[in-house]
Amino acid sequence: MKYSSEYRNKEKVKILVEKIKSVSSKPITIMEVCGGHTMSIQKYGIPSLLPENINLISGPGCPVCVTDRKYIDQSIAYARLDDVILTTYGDLIRVPGSSSSLENERAKGHDIRIVYSVLDAIKIAEENPEKKIIFLGIGFETTTPSSAVGIITAKQKGLDNFYVYSAHKIMPPAMSALIDEDVKIDAYLGPGHVTAISGISIFDFIPEKYGLGVVISGFEPVDILGAILLLVEQYEKGKPAVDIHYKRMVKPEGNIVAQQTVNKVFELRDDWWRGLGVLPESGLAIRKEFSKYDAEKVFEVEVEPTKKDGACICGTVLKGVAKPFECKLFGKACTPMDPVGPCMVSSEGACHAYYKYQSLN
Amino acid sequence: MKRENILLGHGSGGKLSHDLIDKLFMKYFDNEILASQGDSSILEVGSQTLSFTTDSFVVSPIFFPNGNIGNLAIAGTVNDLAVSGAKPLYLSAGFILEEGFSLSELEIIVKTMAEDAKKAGVKIVTGDTKVVERGHADKIFINTSGIGILAENRKGISSGEDIRVGDKIIINGAVGDHGMAVMAARNELKINSEIKSDCAPLNGLIDVAFEVTDKIKFMRDATRGGLSSVLTELFERKSFGVEIMEEAVPVHDNVSGMCELLGFDPFQVANEGKVVMVVDADAAEDVVAAMQKHKYGKEAAIIGEITGTHAGKGWIITSIGGKRVIDMLSGEQLPRIC
Repeated sequence: MKYSSEYRNKEKVKILVEKIKSVSSKPITIMEVCGGHTMSIQKYGIPSLLPENINLISGPGCPVCVTDRKYIDQSIAYARLDDVILTTYGDLIRVPGSSSSLENERAKGHDIRIVYSVLDAIKIAEENPEKKIIFLGIGFETTTPSSAVGIITAKQKGLDNFYVYSAHKIMPPAMSALIDEDVKIDAYLGPGHVTAISGISIFDFIPEKYGLGVVISGFEPVDILGAILLLVEQYEKGKPAVDIHYKRMVKPEGNIVAQQTVNKVFELRDDWWRGLGVLPESGLAIRKEFSKYDAEKVFEVEVEPTKKDGACICGTVLKGVAKPFECKLFGKACTPMDPVGPCMVSSEGACHAYYKYQSLN
Repeated sequence: MKRENILLGHGSGGKLSHDLIDKLFMKYFDNEILASQGDSSILEVGSQTLSFTTDSFVVSPIFFPNGNIGNLAIAGTVNDLAVSGAKPLYLSAGFILEEGFSLSELEIIVKTMAEDAKKAGVKIVTGDTKVVERGHADKIFINTSGIGILAENRKGISSGEDIRVGDKIIINGAVGDHGMAVMAARNELKINSEIKSDCAPLNGLIDVAFEVTDKIKFMRDATRGGLSSVLTELFERKSFGVEIMEEAVPVHDNVSGMCELLGFDPFQVANEGKVVMVVDADAAEDVVAAMQKHKYGKEAAIIGEITGTHAGKGWIITSIGGKRVIDMLSGEQLPRIC
């Protein structure tokens, strides 16, 4: 904690805020791509400190939020199979499917367990040889390596009752899709953990093709404000670039071993994103060599017809086009207790963060 | 989504619990005493005013750093009485035991309860035991109810009816210890921590505060749902607001570290030995100084105040000087924490 307190230092924050104020003259809209940033920005009340011309908007970087409702419906169908133990990160448990949620299914007696790591799911598989253990693999570049490790470990251990249902996605296609869709963004606050794995070269096309800056940021207030300052400086000078403002964690080349592990197990496929539709080569499927661990290949289930979004504007919120409180359901029909859309469920979801903290803007 | 079943979140002490109380229990049990929804009910019996409360304990694991389910069973009920302003006197103890549960562990728990009752100056005067088949309960569940006497001039404490703008908000120490100690004691996380539960009967500490002043206007023990839930209850539907200085709220380093790791907010994590008080501004510093001399109040601090602006809302001035709202825990955070 001593280490992180340096990045939460009030004096440093004050100096950064003053610098941002003195450098910034033009209106600028900065999208934080990552849900972790959204949460941190709201938790520390950062918008209340910034000048009015700086507009922070939340992006599509909450894996639970961008995932298709059909994924939840299919997970529920897996959980209802008699011999299945469904294992998942806690974030997914309350996401509404078309007519139920994993939380409700668990209350009805289906065996659904929250795990903190894929290795917990492997352990459950070893301890329950008569059961089939399905792990819900969800997340961006940050969590995909652990799903890959799960599959490789299962293979090494000779487990034949462990499966992954992949909803893994990669970040860059969504970042270009947003600009292609004319969402008003002037700069990207780049995802720190994603880049720690992938390296920064995956963002090079953003300044090159679109003329927008990307500054990779950590998750503490001093990190975020420092990155915002760099983005504002780039913008004022008209010199967009990819830069790292999180050097204690992110190396330019990323984590090569993790990249290799992911490439060994997964391959790109077109994937559906809430709010953005199908984006080419944006999702990760399990490679054929590992198909015996691929829940989609192994289990045949009947999945109920997927319900449409209705009045929920999660899709628009994920694009940064609307702020959560512009949704007529926000805080009324849709709360973390009784969420309508995934953005209200996930701890990284923009609606959840706004509902929880409502930083004074 | 229409709910057909009880979810773990219904027992969290947060919004789902409140919903269950409002929409089900209050609907059928409704009466003017229950409607006040304090930690204890205030009963007029003859010429006496009594505080009456009940609580059940299902913590898992039953033994954790610095305590066991027996400590909770005494402290939980004693504290509910004490924060109503009452002097706790008599407790009941009901046990639901699982077939096969270790008798020696049961003896440790019962002995703990006897010692804590003595320390708190209460007597366990009635009890009950039931045993269910193996697998139909998890080792041991305990219910305790308690009665205390409430002095005439302390009747307003439960409702907080005397709270005024400018009053100070005090807590007797660091938040989040109990929740994180229990969490760490659960094997599934494989976390080694030095975190100890703060479980303690608080009536002695509260007596110390009352020796300094009678201008204590509101008290709640911050258990499930943590500090945030108590603060939310304090300002919700009120004509005043609450402002908390994040930096002023004591949080132990190991607790904030573990919370960060797990994505929890220490303000929302359970405590078992923390009382939040609203005290007249003139007396606040003296109360804190007196509490700091007591073993359960060493880290006591003024953490905020009652404000005339933003009625019905609570704001936190964050550690970096930003502003945000205080929110109550929604849904399940840690099931079976007490």
